[in-house]
Amino acid sequence: MKYDFKNNVLTVYLSGEIDHHGARKIREETDSLIQQNKPVLLNMDFSDVGFSDSSGIGLIMGRYRLMSLYGGKTKVINIPERLRYVMNLSGLSSLHITDK
Amino acid sequence: MNSQNEMSLTFESRSSGESFARSAVASFITYLDPTVSEINDIKTAVSEAVTNCVVHAYRDTIGKIYLNVKIFDQNMVEIKIRDKGCGMENIKQAMEPLYTTAPEDERSGLGFTLMQSFTDSVKVRSKIGKGTTVILKKRLSPRV
Ligand SMILES: Nc1ncnc2c1ncn2[C@@H]1O[C@H](COP(=O)(O)OP(=O)(O)O)[C@@H](O)[C@H]1O
Ligand SMILES: [Mg+2]
Repeated sequence: MKYDFKNNVLTVYLSGEIDHHGARKIREETDSLIQQNKPVLLNMDFSDVGFSDSSGIGLIMGRYRLMSLYGGKTKVINIPERLRYVMNLSGLSSLHITDK
Repeated sequence: MNSQNEMSLTFESRSSGESFARSAVASFITYLDPTVSEINDIKTAVSEAVTNCVVHAYRDTIGKIYLNVKIFDQNMVEIKIRDKGCGMENIKQAMEPLYTTAPEDERSGLGFTLMQSFTDSVKVRSKIGKGTTVILKKRLSPRV
């Protein structure tokens, strides 16, 4: 997974297809980066994600919770439109973690 | 009503089957010339239903997942996903947004919500100890 860390901001660049099978590896890698670097802001960039089911939402919410434990914020960049639609529908958009 | 075309697959409830199943359905319906958005709607819904068999129905075990796709007149696609797993007690509750019995697994409780949002109809039959059948229907837009 590509990432960069500067000025206390961690950005992870997700790619490919995100489902239950693939989410575990992304979760483990992202969490270890968060624990090592203790960023004030985590950006999750979905620009190169071609497909995501609700496992993508689980991934976002799990990282949001971990970042909150450290007092950090989470932002999602270019969330796939189906995920945004369902997050709006279920009230998760009130957390203001998506960019649109 | 008779179907014009049909395919069936049986595979084990391993998480690698999630991408296999959604790709297989997408390939099967390609000849109907669906839009990219219709393909993604269907892939998303299939991925949710199959993941539920892996994560919930056969939790901690491996069982068989039965996938059946039928094409009816006017580009009506019907997809059946069946398992012989644990079944569920309260289908109505299970389908509520954000309801999940596996939060520790980072399930969001939005699987059924996604299926309902991106298909025309979602029907669920389930019996404790016997298993669950999910039937998804979607009519593809007419092609010119
Ligand atoms: N095939 C199945 N067998 C048994 N239980 C199921 C099945 N599918 C769904 N469920 C139950 O319905 C709940 C909601 O499913 P869903 O909306 O996909 O959310 P999630 O998978 O994120 O929990 C699950 O947590 C589970 O309790
Ligand atoms: Mg699910």
